[in-house]
Amino acid sequence: MTDAAAVRLAGVSKRFDDVTAVDSVDLSIHDGEFFSLLGPSGCGKTTTLRMVAGLEFPTAGQVSIFGESMGLRPPNKRPVNTVFQSYALFPHMTVRDNVAFGLQMQRLDRDEIRDRVAQALALVQLTGREKRRPNQLSGGQQQRVALARALVNQPKVLLLDEPLGALDLKLRQAMQLELKDLQSRVGITFVYVTHDQEEALTMSDRIGVMDAGRLLQVGTPEEIYERPTSPMVAQFIGDTNLLTATVKGDGQIELAGGQIVAADIAATPGTETVLTLRPEHLQIVAPDDPISDGHNALDGTVTRRVYLGNAVSYDIVAGDVTLRVRARNAPGRRQYDVDEPVQVHWARDAAIAVQR
Amino acid sequence: MTGPGSTVEPRGAARRLLAANAWLVYAFFYAPILVLIALSFNENRLVGVWRGFTFDWYGQMLSNGAVLRAIRNSLIVAAMSTVLATVLGTAAALSLERFRFRGRQAFDALLYLPVIVPDVTMAVMLLLFFVRAADAMFVVSGAQVRLGLTTITLSHVAFNISFVAIVVRARLAGMDPTLEEAAADLYASRWQAFRRVTLPQMAPGVLGGALLALTLSLDDVVITSFVSGPGSTTLPVYVFGLVRRGVTPLINAVSTAMLVASMVLVLASVLLQRRRELS
Repeated sequence: MTDAAAVRLAGVSKRFDDVTAVDSVDLSIHDGEFFSLLGPSGCGKTTTLRMVAGLEFPTAGQVSIFGESMGLRPPNKRPVNTVFQSYALFPHMTVRDNVAFGLQMQRLDRDEIRDRVAQALALVQLTGREKRRPNQLSGGQQQRVALARALVNQPKVLLLDEPLGALDLKLRQAMQLELKDLQSRVGITFVYVTHDQEEALTMSDRIGVMDAGRLLQVGTPEEIYERPTSPMVAQFIGDTNLLTATVKGDGQIELAGGQIVAADIAATPGTETVLTLRPEHLQIVAPDDPISDGHNALDGTVTRRVYLGNAVSYDIVAGDVTLRVRARNAPGRRQYDVDEPVQVHWARDAAIAVQR
Repeated sequence: MTGPGSTVEPRGAARRLLAANAWLVYAFFYAPILVLIALSFNENRLVGVWRGFTFDWYGQMLSNGAVLRAIRNSLIVAAMSTVLATVLGTAAALSLERFRFRGRQAFDALLYLPVIVPDVTMAVMLLLFFVRAADAMFVVSGAQVRLGLTTITLSHVAFNISFVAIVVRARLAGMDPTLEEAAADLYASRWQAFRRVTLPQMAPGVLGGALLALTLSLDDVVITSFVSGPGSTTLPVYVFGLVRRGVTPLINAVSTAMLVASMVLVLASVLLQRRRELS
């Protein structure tokens, strides 16, 4: 089977006592892709990863790797390797011994182990640190050792459990790009667990968003961000305004505050729906300013203003509706104060229905 | 802030008082030991009166058959019971720390009992047990079981398991369980993961537990004297017997030898651990 998915989960559930950590997840991860499982902590993403690794076994459903059903196969017999959140480097071994561990367990011969360890350390730019102990390395270096220790085995799938969580922001951003680069060079399927939506957007070919044990949506970063299919996904990926509305027909909807606006939503009139409107898709102008053609506009008042450096975030109350607006900060651009009356406007196709 | 600790460090009278207290405590600890060592070189048979320097008592100790037998017995019991208690105690610690099973909590609580139960109670319980067990053995197999080195060793194992388990558990509790998962993920079988990752990690705890067991076994008087039989006197029991017949510098010499031996043991373990950390 050449078209088999790298990893396939079929109806996979995991219950711990009476808690359902993972709830009938179906998922196919393609060969060679960088796939992220994204969700808040406790959503079941790590448990899902651990079931692929063989560190947990599903209560129901089936995990298969390249068409081969894993069943109750223990982790040491699976063609995958894991980079743990805590790195889990063996503290009593040198960097070289840590990286060589998996190869030694597979009983490869000495020369091959030596060559492959050297290659793996070169890949993560740690040549020269072979004799160090993990506690003599910085967090970023430990992270690289963990990566080398997994990659040296040339697994069919590499599993990464929030591997950048313990690093500071600058280093994390650098490592994100480095990881993505590394993945495309080695061509191994990466399954990456994270709660950081920015991280997922930056690195992934596709993202699976999880919440409360369920897989809510799978798609490319663009699809997930631009066309969320549920309020949870819209809210979790980036900042957004969620508005409840009633479909009026003829491309019109009625907001909770009674305002009628235009939106491209195909649904029978009378249906209750939830719209997502990204703060950066909203624009803010003075009350008498003209509004672009085809834009919806609401009159409101600024209730909060937060200066973000490259942007200014406003909360604007328009009747019963509160909208968050993110206005790009540029020289000469007018800024608004709290209590100032304003107009908020947006293109009619900016509003996406996330619930019908 | 002028420097680390500068705000809490005591000054003036308080400082002098604390220093005096420290010296007092140390004097209280070590003065008896120094007296003991000094008097072991006393030429006078009467312990309390210094007459002159001599090595005679050490010579007597080494030529005294009863002392040498007692030392031999002590070493046999200590070695055997330490090995057994270390293996069993480590296994108990591992299962309590790593696995969830039925009756785990009860087992956990019961494991600490020998630490809490007074020595005398433990001694009486063990003696009764051995007598009953001997009766049962005789009825079943016709074999005679006598009190002796075997029963002493078993008794020492019985109380040392708890101490070893406590020490090893403390070490295991501080160990990251994902290390074992990482080993499994890197193709190690359960046994390989244990050998290559778990065991080296908990080795200092196991060593510490073993040393504690060794010391406790070498020290024990109460339980040993209950469950020993003729010819199975250990060194501390022998010394205790000597004292009842009046203290002579021979006892001081024997005690000093014991002290030096245990200090060498402790020193060795400290050095061993330090070398492990450095390498």
